[in-house]
Amino acid sequence: MRELLPVLDRWLDEHKQVAVATLVKTYGSAPVPPGAKMAISSTGEMVGSVSGGCVEGAVVQEALAAMRTHKPKLVEYGISDELAISVGLACGGRIAVYVEPL
Amino acid sequence: MEAVFRCFLDAIRAAQLVALVTVIDGPRQGAKLVVWPGGKSEGSLGDPTLDENAVRTTLLQIERLQPAQALIETAGETAMVFIDVQPPPPKLIVVGAVHMAIPLITFARTLGYHTTVIDPRSAFATSERFGHADRLCIGWPTETLRAIAIDEATSIVVVTHDEKIDDPALVFACRSPARYIGALGSRRTHAARTVRLRALGLADAEIARIRAPIGLPIGARRPEEIAVSIIAEIIAVANLASAEESAQ
Repeated sequence: MRELLPVLDRWLDEHKQVAVATLVKTYGSAPVPPGAKMAISSTGEMVGSVSGGCVEGAVVQEALAAMRTHKPKLVEYGISDELAISVGLACGGRIAVYVEPL
Repeated sequence: MEAVFRCFLDAIRAAQLVALVTVIDGPRQGAKLVVWPGGKSEGSLGDPTLDENAVRTTLLQIERLQPAQALIETAGETAMVFIDVQPPPPKLIVVGAVHMAIPLITFARTLGYHTTVIDPRSAFATSERFGHADRLCIGWPTETLRAIAIDEATSIVVVTHDEKIDDPALVFACRSPARYIGALGSRRTHAARTVRLRALGLADAEIARIRAPIGLPIGARRPEEIAVSIIAEIIAVANLASAEESAQ
């Protein structure tokens, strides 16, 4: 979280909406530990990481939707996901990400 | 932004050890509680008993310095929460504003360390060379180190190669709770240093805390490579210590 703060503050100064995604659970092998975070601005910028690059694109879409609906969401990604080809984890693990508009 | 979340961010900015509990699923999704060591809290998950049980579980995670997903139960319900533990940043103190310290500070900053460089020689300790350090102190190490809160998450690297500066810094470091103490120099240099440190009153067990030659053996030659080997050793010590703790 700490490393995201400077960027988060800048977005808020620019009156952008902000969402934060947190890796809350990993199953099997996963490239980053639970607690990993990324922040997403309403204009689609992102900082941080929840998977080492595998699902960040999909998380940005979830974050933009969460900012529109003002509702948080718990999302799972993994090899068995129907989106496996586009956003599946190459490591074969499964992860849960909590996405929340601030 | 919600007041509870702002409170969490303020605590992080103030370098406090703090945890944020968020309900991540179910009807209370999004409810939040900020918890500090000792049990002080701010916000609510929406039910006093739920809050009480969440604080208890969170204090365990704060003690372990580990975030965790958890189920918090009351007589009437179960809430799935994520407990996000945010420790204050670990500290790296480098005694010696030498060339190798420049990339070392860069790597440490990338890894989230709060960095301090200490050197009494103002020709070395310049802001041109160390503008990227959180703190640059021109002064003798003992008095400067005394003013820094050294804890178990602190690493101290002593690299001036000048015994007038290095030796007192090492005496101070070896009597501090610092997790990592490293000193530059070959085996022969360190053997000579050990004799001097004993004469300065350090016990052998205290001297044994010093990692010398400093850094993991990766055949480092260039200053940047030496910096990598030192930061790698600091990571190894930190991670292996926390792995041992969680195995207990």
